[in-house]
Amino acid sequence: MSQYKESVKNYEKIRSFMREFYVYGFKSRDEYNEKSARSYDDVRRRIESLMGEYTGFRRTPSGKNVFISLDSRLSLHNPFYKTLKAGSFTDGDITLHFILFDILHSPAVKLSLNEITEEIDGYLKDFPEPLVFDETTVRKKLDEYNRLGIIEKEKSGKRVLYSRKNDGEVPEMRAMLNFFSETAPCGVIGSFLLDKWEKKDEFFNFKHHYITSAVDSSVTAALFTAMRNKSIITVTNVSRRRAEAKRIRIIPLRLFISVQNGRQHLLAYQAEYNIIKAFRVDHLSDVKEEMPSPRFDELREKLDEMQKRMWGVSLNRRGFDDNKLHHIEFTVKIEDGEEHIISRLQREKRIGFVDKTGERTYRFTADVYDSAELIPWIRTFICRIDSLYISDKATENQFKEDIEEMFRMYNI
Amino acid sequence: MLFSEIYSAYYNAVAGIISLVLDGRADEKGIKEIVDEKAFSESFLTVLPALKSGRWQLIKPDMTTALSRTPSMPLTNIEKAWLKAVSLDPRIRLFDIDFSFLGETEPLFTPDDFVIYDKYSDGDDYESEQYKAVFRTILCALKEEKMLLIEYEKVSGKRMTVRSFPKSLEYSEKDDKFRLAASGGLYINVGRIRSCKITDGKKPEDTGNDNIRYKTVTLKVSERRNTLERCLLHFAHFEKTAEKTEEGYILNIKYRTEDETEMVMRVLSFGPLVEAVAPDSFRNLIIKRLKRQKSCGLF
Repeated sequence: MSQYKESVKNYEKIRSFMREFYVYGFKSRDEYNEKSARSYDDVRRRIESLMGEYTGFRRTPSGKNVFISLDSRLSLHNPFYKTLKAGSFTDGDITLHFILFDILHSPAVKLSLNEITEEIDGYLKDFPEPLVFDETTVRKKLDEYNRLGIIEKEKSGKRVLYSRKNDGEVPEMRAMLNFFSETAPCGVIGSFLLDKWEKKDEFFNFKHHYITSAVDSSVTAALFTAMRNKSIITVTNVSRRRAEAKRIRIIPLRLFISVQNGRQHLLAYQAEYNIIKAFRVDHLSDVKEEMPSPRFDELREKLDEMQKRMWGVSLNRRGFDDNKLHHIEFTVKIEDGEEHIISRLQREKRIGFVDKTGERTYRFTADVYDSAELIPWIRTFICRIDSLYISDKATENQFKEDIEEMFRMYNI
Repeated sequence: MLFSEIYSAYYNAVAGIISLVLDGRADEKGIKEIVDEKAFSESFLTVLPALKSGRWQLIKPDMTTALSRTPSMPLTNIEKAWLKAVSLDPRIRLFDIDFSFLGETEPLFTPDDFVIYDKYSDGDDYESEQYKAVFRTILCALKEEKMLLIEYEKVSGKRMTVRSFPKSLEYSEKDDKFRLAASGGLYINVGRIRSCKITDGKKPEDTGNDNIRYKTVTLKVSERRNTLERCLLHFAHFEKTAEKTEEGYILNIKYRTEDETEMVMRVLSFGPLVEAVAPDSFRNLIIKRLKRQKSCGLF
């Protein structure tokens, strides 16, 4: 039987579980489609250890349900970030890491591979069974660190010299990092930076703070890198409608982040269907960057144009040139003292327009690819909706039927 | 790329332990505290035995080390690229940071690479000199634990002046606004503060959570139209419990009393797919709105 290890070799193994425990939290062990009960138990124990106080469990007739629950408004730091700091390593990796940076303690120290390897032995000689690092191992580690940008490699005649990268004057920025590590995309990187210093200036907290996207940080960073390089990627996508994962080839164009429903989507061009469409980031994994696409700028301009007709992320189009739009308009009637409703319409209207149509009535209008996306927002005006018209009759009828159903549900 | 051991909690914990050893302050208790602070609940069971047994050859059995300097590591490429990306965010102006150390670093992303499509359009004005001055004064007072004299404008337009001790800054991603939480249960939108300066005054005794009151609403969630997933994600940032019962999925959400109107609207946004089943007081708020809607004559 393999021994349990708290550290994590493959983050993908725990990524979806963390979301399930946090978002759902009612599934029992039998409801997870894991290969074996033991692998579920291993993942569960790891997550319980990594997330500590935020995990809990409930016994139900169907078994033990593990959940993650917290009020993210009370957390100064996203607790999911810690799970990205659980990467596994070998005994040699950690030993070599600290010795290398002790040897290369200043950017001015520039040494050859041979000199570094010799110095390493001096650090280990007092241990009963000293680890042995040959030149190949040390070179591989130095090259890895060179790719990460923390080790400089330069030629001096025939010799290759290694040194610590010079960061220059890094200013004090803990307050800034405490804020942006929670609000900027890939904020976990800010959390890595914060780990370099003692805790200080922790006086920000966050309302309407969706924290689950933290577990998608590696995917998001890879998507951004591809966008910066204007590259085509292949990526694994799990569709809600299709059980098995599929490799797809797309050009990533822009990340669409919601601060109202907790989702992040990638808008990308899929040549296979000649279409720009939205992909859930939490359904994507294993991003492989290919070559740059000469069409990137053209496609992004196309998306810029399309965004003027998008309420959220849905395009609801049959093809690249399908520009069929839904017209939507509704009026709200306000009473005395309800002027804040006008402000609400103005600040929440996104790509729509608001105009005054009567002494107490205001009209919202928009032409969008998918009118169904507006329905949840329109429902928040229930009690004031005076008229409603949607050119897509299926959506309009659904809206009205839903209201009737609510009347029945609440015995009105 | 991001999931690398060099950022790991274990490396951070070991760096802390080496610093303790170099300072001559290393004992088992201190080491455990470091591991508990920097790593995970069960890490102590891994880290200390690995160091003691010589698997990680960094601390000798006599609790000394051959290392001679407090561990440190330069910034990685991706850390610099992220900082460069952050330096392009309009809100960075609030912090007065000199990013010249990043040189020609390419950003990990630019503002053109992502869009937050559903945040409100009347967010705080980060370009405003007055706003920046107010924000930085608040930051300074928070850092130095100083009292503030604040002049602000209420929603009614009336001007108020208060002396208060700042406790935290709350940022709403949806509203794109900062709110100052200060002593005496005071909450003021930073955008409403007209002037603010540091003044003399003693830090008041901590009164805990300033009487934040909570309520719980119980929702019954339908499985139709993928509502279960949408609803659970939508309310994910609250403290909540979810369970599957014979009658369907039941969700209990704890929310702040001050946010009740917002909660009513959020529940309404799901239409008939989410029903507020308890308490009656919350259910009645929904019913009141539906009755008023019925009187509009639309349906």
